[in-house]
Amino acid sequence: MRSVEKLRRFVSGDHASDALSSLMAIAVGLFVGFLILLFSNPAQAPAGFGAVLTGGFSDMKNLGQTLYFAVPIILTGLSVAFSMKTGLFNIGASGQFVVGAYAAILVGVKCTFLPGHTHWIVALLAALAAGALWGAVPGLLKAYRNVNEVITCIMMNYVGMHLVNYLIVRTVFDPLKNQTMRVAASANLPKMGFDAIFRVGNNVSGANSGVLVALLMAVVLWVILQKTKLGYELKACGLNEKAARYAGIDAHSGIVISMMISGAMAGLGGALLYLSGSGNGISVADVLAKEGFNGIPVALLGLNHPIGVVAAGLFVSCLTVGGFNMQLYEFAPEVIEIMIAVIIYFSAFALLLQGFLRSRGHRFRAKAASGAFLDAEEAKRE
Amino acid sequence: MEFIIEMCGITKEFPGVVANDDVTLQLGKGEIHALLGENGAGKSTLMSVLFGLYRPEKGVIKIKGEPVKIQGPNDATRFGIGMVHQHFKLIHNFTALENIVLGVETTEKGMLRLDGARERIRELSDRYHLHVALDARISDVTVGMQQRVEILKMLYRENEILIFDEPTAVLTPQETEGLMETMRELAAEGKSILFITHKLNEIKAVADRCTVLRKGRCVAVVDVKDASKEDLSEMMVGRRVGLSIRKTEAKPGKVILEAEHVTVKSRTSGVALVNDVSFRVREGEIVCVAGIDGNGQSELVYALTGMSPIDAGSIRFEGRDITADSVRRRGIGGMAHIPEDRQKYGLVLDYDLACNLALQTYFTPRFCRAGFLKYKEIYRYAETLIDRFDIRGGRGAGTPVRGMSGGNQQKAIVAREIDRDPKLLIAVQPTRGLDVGAIEYIHRQIVAERERGKGVLLISLELSEVMDVSDRILALCAGRIVADVRPDEVNYRELGLYMSGSKTDIGEGDAFRGEA
Repeated sequence: MRSVEKLRRFVSGDHASDALSSLMAIAVGLFVGFLILLFSNPAQAPAGFGAVLTGGFSDMKNLGQTLYFAVPIILTGLSVAFSMKTGLFNIGASGQFVVGAYAAILVGVKCTFLPGHTHWIVALLAALAAGALWGAVPGLLKAYRNVNEVITCIMMNYVGMHLVNYLIVRTVFDPLKNQTMRVAASANLPKMGFDAIFRVGNNVSGANSGVLVALLMAVVLWVILQKTKLGYELKACGLNEKAARYAGIDAHSGIVISMMISGAMAGLGGALLYLSGSGNGISVADVLAKEGFNGIPVALLGLNHPIGVVAAGLFVSCLTVGGFNMQLYEFAPEVIEIMIAVIIYFSAFALLLQGFLRSRGHRFRAKAASGAFLDAEEAKRE
Repeated sequence: MEFIIEMCGITKEFPGVVANDDVTLQLGKGEIHALLGENGAGKSTLMSVLFGLYRPEKGVIKIKGEPVKIQGPNDATRFGIGMVHQHFKLIHNFTALENIVLGVETTEKGMLRLDGARERIRELSDRYHLHVALDARISDVTVGMQQRVEILKMLYRENEILIFDEPTAVLTPQETEGLMETMRELAAEGKSILFITHKLNEIKAVADRCTVLRKGRCVAVVDVKDASKEDLSEMMVGRRVGLSIRKTEAKPGKVILEAEHVTVKSRTSGVALVNDVSFRVREGEIVCVAGIDGNGQSELVYALTGMSPIDAGSIRFEGRDITADSVRRRGIGGMAHIPEDRQKYGLVLDYDLACNLALQTYFTPRFCRAGFLKYKEIYRYAETLIDRFDIRGGRGAGTPVRGMSGGNQQKAIVAREIDRDPKLLIAVQPTRGLDVGAIEYIHRQIVAERERGKGVLLISLELSEVMDVSDRILALCAGRIVADVRPDEVNYRELGLYMSGSKTDIGEGDAFRGEA
């Protein structure tokens, strides 16, 4: 009986309507994406669209690839979502991501003296620390000098990218590939059987235990936000900083801690991407890491909820993998990229618009009636 | 009587609630008609219906006997209905003149021509004795003058029906008297006035008839001269309410709070907002800081509670210097605080009731172990407070505070602060925007705290509250304490003069009269 009651409450409650709004936003995104395919190649559009939708899980290898690509954007998504929950907008995930990635690779290449199974863990910890440091700078400036974190985050993205490029060339440069050197095998994340499951014959996917790390982080963040004193304080600062200060909460250090946790997540995302054993390295180019920005729509689609972010990250990654399959239907890679971007951004945009309209509606009604709602509430209680 | 507006049988329902249930309101030509009711009685809804913001399920609106359809505020304006809102709708960096003509500007070949308008406004202001400095920016003039600008705005548009929504909340006693006089003159000139309020004195002073709303229903329409204040309040609340506060003689004990030469300067202009203020609060007394809004009350409270640093002076709590202590340390030390704006400062509106009730104590061992909050205990604690303080929300401890009524939000804050068993309670405008029943409740709680031997510092803009509740009054004007008196030593008029700076009775450093 109780579970029935719970279910009924869930369906009629806020969570269900939130999840529904996300699904509707995705539907809008998919529809616009389909229009783009129709526009570029009407004959192949339905087949191509089918490929992009199902390609991400058409076989075990593709499913593995979906997991593999999901890991970094889940982490940057968590990074953005955590900052949002605490009233900040961390748009600096890109910089934190690349700084974290560099720290992990540096440890992976140089610290070969570490015993085998601790090597990769130390590398991940280094990435966490580097990301946290990169997040702390905008946090400190915001807390103590009231500098808008969006601006400092954007600047830190460029500082991070250029600094990492400079440091790579000085420390772990592979001039042949114009990228970072390969890390020692012990620094790569354990496969933990993922390579055995997610493969088709000899065609192995990139899936590895990074998926578990991402899931673990989502749970950790959820616990911090929902169960701990720290989460209670950080959320209070984010929802109403003035009330938090009245209650004696140190809003300044709250901002710094929040940005550090957020930055650490993005940094970890960088490490998980480059320690996956795929042989990829950070290439030395003046390009911001796109995973950092992809975290923003992932967080939006996931409604800033850690578990929602995992789902949204898988969805976006699924589209990416599906996009590779579309090349079979003679779509130019550019069109595919555009379509995926359109789907992601329209989904996020529809959601944003919906939230905006809803809050506008609230405010308008509140203003218009100046307390009619209170009338209603008060009347109700009698 | 000839009715200029008739709202007949208005019924407006919201999901699950009837906000207006068959309400009839008739405003006669040239009369001052009061609309009386507690918060939540349906006054706002009724006005929203009149302005076309809500479509009622039942009922008709007639203007001069003709049934009309009002689809939105523009229609209301067309029918000559104007409103002075509780929070003025003025543009602060425009002059009074520009504000008055806004929306009906006179232009010539696309250029603004205000000479004619200026002439007409001057005539109007002479006729109704509404003195306004037409070329002063709104941000530079007093609240009273801003209100006169709002009234002139209506007159300039030749509105016949003037609605005043809680117009005296921001005025000094002298300004209030002036407004009453203006309302009488306007009515004498044939304007019809609808006066929304819950202040019974003002209704008695100025209104001809009064419609009383309770729980969405129209409970009475009375001739004001035939009804006593007690009758009116009983109609409004539905039971007898003690309008005066019963309390015993104060028995002040030892000093709890001691402010000495506290000075707070503006961060931008360097002007002293709190200027060399010294006073003491003792156990078992209610000290009230009276003053017109914006004379340094907020800054004084920030300084006392630790929200912002002070530029000179010292603050002692039970003899210990706390000038440099954090908000949290002062709170743990026994200072509780009901902030001035419950929604902005007192509550996290998106947290539920339980989380808000724990906002000052969540870190104590009772609710927190090893960094994890004991939510079960927090909800259990919330349930006990909800019972004890009669806080009503739709879903108990899990009610989102945003959806609660103002009175219940305030009850939640009072419960939280009082249950901490503080030594000193600083209450800033604790009854602002509340109805008679809730005000009575809050006052009882404050007096009860005093009876328990706690010190209370009450900051209030309501003179009646100051006079009724306090044991000692400090009048604050332009950041200085200009009077330190007992309520039986002054009357409203004198206090008003102190507050407006026209009268002072103490020199520098002589702020401890009460205990000499």
